[in-house]
Amino acid sequence: MRHIISILMENEAGALSRVAGLFSARGYNIESLTVAPTEEPSLSRMTLVTRGSDDIIEQITKQLNKLIDVVKLIDLAESSHIERELMMVKVKTTDQTRGEIINLTDIFRGRIIDVTPTSYVVEMTGTSDKLDAFIAAIDSGNIIEVVRSGPTGISRGEKGLHL
Amino acid sequence: MELNGAQIVIQSLKDEGVEYIFGYPGGAVLHLYDAIFQQDDVKHILVRHEQAATHAADGYARATGKPGVVLVTSGPGATNAVTGIATAYLDSIPLVVISGQVSSPVIGSDAFQEVDMVGITRPCVKHNFLVKDVNKLAETIKKAFYVATTGRPGPVVIDIPKDITDPKIKVPYKYPKKVTMRSYNPAVAGHKGQIKKAVDLLLDAEKPMIYSGGGVVLGEASKELTKLAHLLGYPVTNTLMGLGAFPATDKQFVGMLGMHGTYEANMAMHESDVIIAIGARFDDRVTGKLDQFCPYAKIIHIDIDPASISKTVKVDVPIVGDVKPVLEQMLEMIKESDKKPDKKKLESWWNQIEKWRAVKCLEYDRNSAIIKPQYVIEQLYEVTKGDAYITSDVGQHQMYAAQYYHFDKPRRWINSGGLGTMGFGLPAAIGVKLAFPEADVACVTGEASIQMCIQELSTALQYNTPVKIVNLNNRYMGMVRQWQEFTYESRYSHSYMDTIPDFVKLADAYGHVGMRIDKPEEVRPALEQAFAMKDRTVFLDIITDRTENVYPMIEAGKGHHDMKLRVAPGTPTDRELA
Repeated sequence: MRHIISILMENEAGALSRVAGLFSARGYNIESLTVAPTEEPSLSRMTLVTRGSDDIIEQITKQLNKLIDVVKLIDLAESSHIERELMMVKVKTTDQTRGEIINLTDIFRGRIIDVTPTSYVVEMTGTSDKLDAFIAAIDSGNIIEVVRSGPTGISRGEKGLHL
Repeated sequence: MELNGAQIVIQSLKDEGVEYIFGYPGGAVLHLYDAIFQQDDVKHILVRHEQAATHAADGYARATGKPGVVLVTSGPGATNAVTGIATAYLDSIPLVVISGQVSSPVIGSDAFQEVDMVGITRPCVKHNFLVKDVNKLAETIKKAFYVATTGRPGPVVIDIPKDITDPKIKVPYKYPKKVTMRSYNPAVAGHKGQIKKAVDLLLDAEKPMIYSGGGVVLGEASKELTKLAHLLGYPVTNTLMGLGAFPATDKQFVGMLGMHGTYEANMAMHESDVIIAIGARFDDRVTGKLDQFCPYAKIIHIDIDPASISKTVKVDVPIVGDVKPVLEQMLEMIKESDKKPDKKKLESWWNQIEKWRAVKCLEYDRNSAIIKPQYVIEQLYEVTKGDAYITSDVGQHQMYAAQYYHFDKPRRWINSGGLGTMGFGLPAAIGVKLAFPEADVACVTGEASIQMCIQELSTALQYNTPVKIVNLNNRYMGMVRQWQEFTYESRYSHSYMDTIPDFVKLADAYGHVGMRIDKPEEVRPALEQAFAMKDRTVFLDIITDRTENVYPMIEAGKGHHDMKLRVAPGTPTDRELA
């Protein structure tokens, strides 16, 4: 099963490599990983998407908790949560394709954030599934490049992951 | 008080109560060595190879319960220490390893003797630090000792760039009495409800087993374990790392379990209905084939490390906590409980165990004209009255020592269980002897293992650490040879050396006493003579049977009930045949 593990950790050099190293050393897979400092500059928040049986996920969370730099973590998949990923897609444009790309971008609630005579950059956020659907909807021959942040997430309701 | 970085390191160690540093100098730690030179409180032990520094500090830590301290230079000094760091990591031994690093401005430029020590050691330390600010040096050292010694102990590396120890830069020094880390709060007390559940399960057991490991030694809980076992009257088996935590001469002790455990311990584990695992981690050398492990048992597991619980074997009642307070609580609850163990059922369980015991799985040919390694360990046990500190290397000799030296006290059996590091024994013995100069310390080794850190004979002379080296010389890497015999149709690929040094001359060359023993009747007098020489390191080169194997054995991929015995139950022994 797919799990989204949200980790609050010390914002220190080497902390990221401890997490990445743990996954490679123990043979766990990382589907995506995104990390940035929080409102408290000494802490970073990492969102890690992984897959595994319940036993494996239990070990992953225990091993992560054991890392000295990890302050707290939750498995977002265990309860109701919101998940978002940012994507930017650069597409080739011609007089014939511009209208269709604008329409699709509207339907998917994206925005065009860069325009040249021959290209658009479309910005879009949503769940990973929605972003996949957008990619599938546009002609793959027109895609110049795709960049995705990997999902990040937050739990619903009052409770939160903080100190 | 204003001190420079180098002085801060040494003063911090002093304030931490450190007695010995095991180390080797080099460019990046010259400032530190200059600070060592100018004081007498913290004694430095100069080893001959950095690997030995970590093993010696490790032996010191295992024998005393105090953290071992190591100091090495950058680059090769640091990488040489890695094997010892990993050894300590796998056995949860508290070490603080200080490594020099090239100066901060040149880090990352492939400078002379530069390696990324923090990166290299990351997977084999409990934690590591790179010090970037001399003002944080004392606090970092305090944190390192705190992390190394609390919770599940382990090695911590502090990598210190040379400029941080610059004698010209002085800063105010104050060693913190205490540190707190928001990201590190090891569990202590166990969950009361879980402990209650465990107690109920234990008191209802019909075929109970107590399976205890190194955590009982590390957690100083052997008294509590012994009380628990005696209160319940249940059989106890120890892991390789747990030997001594419960007295081996106690009648409730059924021996070590696992790959080279006793027949009775493994059979009892297999048939048991309730197992309480205490500070043990279900290592693959203990469990054998996982899907055949203890098929009838409900399992209780006490461990300070949540990640150890249900890692390989799913447990029914997990208890996260420090073994000592958990066992104390458990004892209280058992005493208060109305339930008592069912005497009749326990008696029939013991009767069954006695039948397995009667197989005498550790019997060997006592009439052999060639020295049997088991005989040497039995004699060592008698000569030292079972009260010596025994270190070992890795292989057959390690298993013989574990099987035939009956450890009655914790911290007496000092071996590399998890990583299985050859070369561990001699430097570890030196570390133990420094901690306990009056005690008998023996290193049980083989002619292959001893050569991996043989240079430390020189250290032993310099610091006058008269240990006794019991070299079971069978001219083979015995355990490799045994596996090749069993599973590779006796194709002995590179498991012997065509040239072996004359160990008697070698011992002499290093300034010690060497003895060669090749007849069974010489073993006892030689050991007596060696231990009578209180102030000399003695190297006993004992020529043993080349083809002797360690029995019993659970071969790879088999379960506890499927042991290979020297003689099948019911068949005559070698002696009876002779």
